Amino acid sequence: MSLAVTRTRPRALATFAAARPGAVIASLLLGIVALACLFAPLIAPQDPFDLSSFDLLDSELPPFWQEGSDARFVLGTDAQGRDLFSAILYGTRISLLVGILAVVIQAAIGVPLGLCAGYFRGRVDSMVSRAADIQLSLSTLMMAIIVMALVRAGFGGEVLGRFAVPLLVLVIGLAEWPVFARTARAATLVEGAKDYVRAARALGSTDGAIVRRHILPNILSPLVVVATTQVAGAIMAEAALSFLGLGMPVTKPSLGTLIRSGYDLMFAGAWWVTVLPGLVLIGVLISVNVLGDALRDWLDPRRRTR
Amino acid sequence: MKALAAGAAFFARRLFQALLVMLAILVIAFAVRTSLGDPLREIMGQAVPESERAELRHELGLDAPWPVQLARYLGDAATGDLGTSIIYKKPTVAAVLAKFPASFELVLGASLIVLLLSLPGGVYAAVRPGALGTKLVLSVSVLGISVPVFVTGIILITVFSVWLGWLPAFGRGETVDLGPWQTGLLTRDGLEHLLLPALTLSSIMLPLFIRLVRGAMLDELGHDYVRTARAKGASPLRVWLVHALRNALLPLVAVGGLQVGTLIAYTLLTETVFQWPGMGFLFLEAVTRADIPLITTYLVLVGLLFVITNTIVDLVSLMLDPRVSLEATP
Repeated sequence: MSLAVTRTRPRALATFAAARPGAVIASLLLGIVALACLFAPLIAPQDPFDLSSFDLLDSELPPFWQEGSDARFVLGTDAQGRDLFSAILYGTRISLLVGILAVVIQAAIGVPLGLCAGYFRGRVDSMVSRAADIQLSLSTLMMAIIVMALVRAGFGGEVLGRFAVPLLVLVIGLAEWPVFARTARAATLVEGAKDYVRAARALGSTDGAIVRRHILPNILSPLVVVATTQVAGAIMAEAALSFLGLGMPVTKPSLGTLIRSGYDLMFAGAWWVTVLPGLVLIGVLISVNVLGDALRDWLDPRRRTR
Repeated sequence: MKALAAGAAFFARRLFQALLVMLAILVIAFAVRTSLGDPLREIMGQAVPESERAELRHELGLDAPWPVQLARYLGDAATGDLGTSIIYKKPTVAAVLAKFPASFELVLGASLIVLLLSLPGGVYAAVRPGALGTKLVLSVSVLGISVPVFVTGIILITVFSVWLGWLPAFGRGETVDLGPWQTGLLTRDGLEHLLLPALTLSSIMLPLFIRLVRGAMLDELGHDYVRTARAKGASPLRVWLVHALRNALLPLVAVGGLQVGTLIAYTLLTETVFQWPGMGFLFLEAVTRADIPLITTYLVLVGLLFVITNTIVDLVSLMLDPRVSLEATP
């Protein structure tokens, strides 16, 4: 069940992919988006963070398929004359960055705790499990909203804007560790009872070495599946916070900020400023979720045959 | 008689825990207030000489050691006084509670939609696995999970308000006063205003509940009593709805009840999109204008709502299912 095993079966992967065209499209889409974000400075026609380069005369231009569009701005412009295509590229970059970093923190806290709980069991297990229950009963989104709101009210919007990325990563990262802890714990309970672990112990391996070298590599697959869906959740949380004005500032917009700042223009007829970043966000989230579903089925041999 | 006593003991313990949690929330709120807010600003503004400030500070007991201040805050809280709002210049509790009907009616509308759609949808997906309709229900629910609630709202507004012009896009519309409760449910205008926000809010809860209903139904359908009921000749519809669904509702109450915090967050987002004058909308206004007393009051009241719902959910689960262990329940 380890990743190494699945990698050696390209033909099985091809058959699996053929049965799931949705997953293939999702992976392609995500690949393109990831590359576009990575090379955003090379692709984007404009630097969306450089406010001085905008021209108010270019404001609220429609995208290319509408009348009155400008060839310089493929997807139109916002109220400040910012090129929407460039803004979306950079915005997706920030959204993905925050989403992935937040999940890294979740895993960094949750996986070791889950490993310890599953390996040592007993009191360690009940303490970790209890803490996870309490943490999960407090809604992540609500806790994140409260923390960001207090930072904003207490220190002002400017401080919030300057430290938005680390704050978002921390707030979203710290709240969701139980998801990883529970997955790691359940998988460790199964692996820890197996013969190879007993053999390693009999050979004199220390607990730390057994957990790191034997158990961890064998529980990676469920963790990878969880990580995928968690990235979708983190991206959504970041977008929600930014939409509320409790995340990325207008000067460094993520997709959520773009949706918020374009929202006022919608009733003036410039619907694309808010709807286009929204569609990109939906596209990314659906792709990640579809990919996560496919990964779960692929890594679980019992479900693969379906 | 013994069960009744055990039930009462459970109730008492649960109540005690709830009070303890509320106490913790109040202490946190107090800490936030004293570290982020300046009570003097609430009363006299910025442009007052320092000597006068010091005098007033002493008069109000703000130079007292923090345990004394905390005791006073808790004492006031017990009588329902959590401070005065800077923006509204009136008691914060009254300011937040005035917005409660709007939020409540929004959640009520959304819950009705969720109930009306998730029960038939989930039961259908459970009893007809593999059917085209089931695949449709399940893929729509994957889609629903992937679309953030505020984007749903924006798309609905774009289509039904901006393009088609059928429904209003913001506010509550015409309301009627029923004593202190301002309702939008009694006028046509109010109901029209409620439709889009309620649909938006339900869109995010619906996928979760369809999955829950389906999962719980699948569990129940595998039990022996279902086979027995079928064997004695009960119609399939009766077996599904009277036998299985009733038992499937139990885990639903428990899991659904745990979603209160998330529901409050989603309500806040929906209220922002539709400029719905509810508690969440008020909270964000308080945040933008740094009205610390109003912010902490909102947090305390939301915490209270959270604690009350969780306690009720526990008690309801107990009443619905006598098998819920009185000892093991945390």
